[in-house]
Amino acid sequence: MLSDVVIVPTGVANLASVRASLRRLGARSVVDADPVRARSADHVILPGVGAFGPAMQQLRSNDLGDALRERVGEGRPTLTICLGMHILCVDSEESPGVSGLGLVDASVRRYPATVRVPQFGWNRVEGPQSSGYLRSGYAYFANAYRLSRAPQGWDCAMAEHGGPFVAALERGDVVACQFHPELSGLYGAALLGRWLGQGAAC
Amino acid sequence: MLTVRIIPCLDVRGGRVVKGVKFQGLTDAGSPAELAARYEQQGADEIVMLDVSATPDERRTAFDTVRAIRGRLGIPLTVGGGVRTVEDAADLLEAGADKVSVNTAAVRDPSLVDALARRFGSQCTVVAIDAVRTETGSVEVVVASGVERVGTDAIEWATEVARRGAGEILFTSWDRDGTREGYDCEMLARVSDAVPIPVIASGGANSAEHLLQAFRAGASAALAASIFHYSETTVGAVKDYLARQGIEVRT
Repeated sequence: MLSDVVIVPTGVANLASVRASLRRLGARSVVDADPVRARSADHVILPGVGAFGPAMQQLRSNDLGDALRERVGEGRPTLTICLGMHILCVDSEESPGVSGLGLVDASVRRYPATVRVPQFGWNRVEGPQSSGYLRSGYAYFANAYRLSRAPQGWDCAMAEHGGPFVAALERGDVVACQFHPELSGLYGAALLGRWLGQGAAC
Repeated sequence: MLTVRIIPCLDVRGGRVVKGVKFQGLTDAGSPAELAARYEQQGADEIVMLDVSATPDERRTAFDTVRAIRGRLGIPLTVGGGVRTVEDAADLLEAGADKVSVNTAAVRDPSLVDALARRFGSQCTVVAIDAVRTETGSVEVVVASGVERVGTDAIEWATEVARRGAGEILFTSWDRDGTREGYDCEMLARVSDAVPIPVIASGGANSAEHLLQAFRAGASAALAASIFHYSETTVGAVKDYLARQGIEVRT
């Protein structure tokens, strides 16, 4: 039996969808901002709907930055979603002057005006060759900001919207998704299942 | 590349789907959650639930309906109908909606769009615009289920809500709604040219070809109800047709 998945609140994220997707996989979740629990939990999810600046502020005020740095640094099971992926980066054009956790050596930028922004919908993801968790397929995106280049030290899945962008990153048991696995149908459920260590879902 | 989206719409009143649904093999043809799950299996890219409750008692059941759909649905859910305030939207998001759609309340008080975008982000904020053509060829906003003209140009209103932070526009031709004559593609082209955000086509769909026309006119997504509810076609069959026509769809 898995221990509860700890969901770290980042503000206004729609946690109901994340929790429902875990429930369908037979996993229980708790929403908890306690840094001790964020350190010790087997699986931690950093969801993200909202804006970069307020989300960083909330993480700092709950003293969660170091706990997340530690987990990600050690490659322990940590899944970050959309804005949650941006928070791992150095900074974001969405909230100039605010520093991210700096675990991914990249700056987050807005999509160019040549395409419709926000990007809403299903985009084709090309998984990395050497993948543990990430695969190719269609995933659901809802974002205006993205990483346009693969950062060093991570396996990258890529997609196209006004040029290439990073659809997801992985290193060890850390998976950072620009897309929403909880809203990506069977593709997303399979990824969550693999990340939770459910062999059958692979 | 980003694919076009096909969005079945469920009209729900008092917790039940109101338009007759004639699917084979449904245990409960009026259950929004069961129908939503069926559409996901067929390949729907998203679901819109429109609460058309007529009384406060009926409306209170909407949150339970959203929770029930969310429990089964692994794709995005937009909920609209009767959203008046930021708190209404917060309650729907908490119950399991991924996006909330506002219509009449935003026309009455446009600052509601700013307030929603500020609190939840543009990616949660959908503005539904119901429009009719006028005698002079312009396109005008209507509210209160199409009965009231407000004297606002629909293209200007679309531009304004985009500026105020709407993440997408659900654009319904009230002239075409229920006619099965196809979407008003000329109107769709005008609105999608005018705004930098995605536009969902709505009103009048009766065939896969109608959806193709909407996408060619610039729509990012197409909403349809009766053609799917009555099993005249399936989402999968529409996608096969679109793919043959060279439109990228999620498979």
